[in-house]
Amino acid sequence: MSLRTEVVHNRNVVIVRLTGELDHHTSEDVRLRLDEVLMKENSHHMVMNLETLTFMDSSGIGVLLGRYKQLKNKGGKLILCHIDSPVYKLLELSGLFKIIDVYDDEVHALSSLEVVS
Amino acid sequence: MNAGNKMRLVFSARSENESLSRIAIAAFASQLDPTLEELNDLKTVVSEAVTNCIIHGYDNDPNQEVEINASIENDRIIIEISDSGKGIEDMELARQPLFTTLPDGERAGMGFTIMENFMDHFEASSTVGGGTRIMMTKRIESKKALYY
Repeated sequence: MSLRTEVVHNRNVVIVRLTGELDHHTSEDVRLRLDEVLMKENSHHMVMNLETLTFMDSSGIGVLLGRYKQLKNKGGKLILCHIDSPVYKLLELSGLFKIIDVYDDEVHALSSLEVVS
Repeated sequence: MNAGNKMRLVFSARSENESLSRIAIAAFASQLDPTLEELNDLKTVVSEAVTNCIIHGYDNDPNQEVEINASIENDRIIIEISDSGKGIEDMELARQPLFTTLPDGERAGMGFTIMENFMDHFEASSTVGGGTRIMMTKRIESKKALYY
């Protein structure tokens, strides 16, 4: 089991598509990869697409919370989309929906950011 | 009849074995014909407990071992996950949502909360210096009708 991280840039937004399983083992790599992207690129916002994420535990919540704080400190936003996957119940329990906006898909997520940026 | 069926799995406390533990429990539970949500609940709680053993119990020492014992009794799955690591000093505090001993490590502090919420019964016992044992059970709803 592994995790694939696909990163796409769209103006000042970085789109991250996660495929596979996000647990303690795979979260280290994702964290490093995303930190690198956020340091290097001039991206203010991040859209995370969880459509093909088949598993996530609280290590994944840690990754999301960490990026949320990082982006917030820089005046940016973290947005989630396609959370109709098996991870919904966990995200709901964690209370993340209270602080992170969720959209159906990337198009809606991106258009929400055009309003704020 | 599934009554009395059991399994035991012992593996190195290495993070790459977290997925092994999830797959093993999912395969074992599949004989109860769980829904996808139930299966995902079981995988999540096992992942939480095993991660706790590795990170907290053993401080990421790969020479240590994590043990999972699971059994099926009628429509219930009973899962025990244990380590012989450093143990938990204050169990009440550890079970508080969002509490973590590793705030810098981006730990969410949600492990016990998730286990309590996703399972029907949850128990944790720990001895400082002696290890931690988690015992949890879940009734698999999809087979409920058979036992009425």
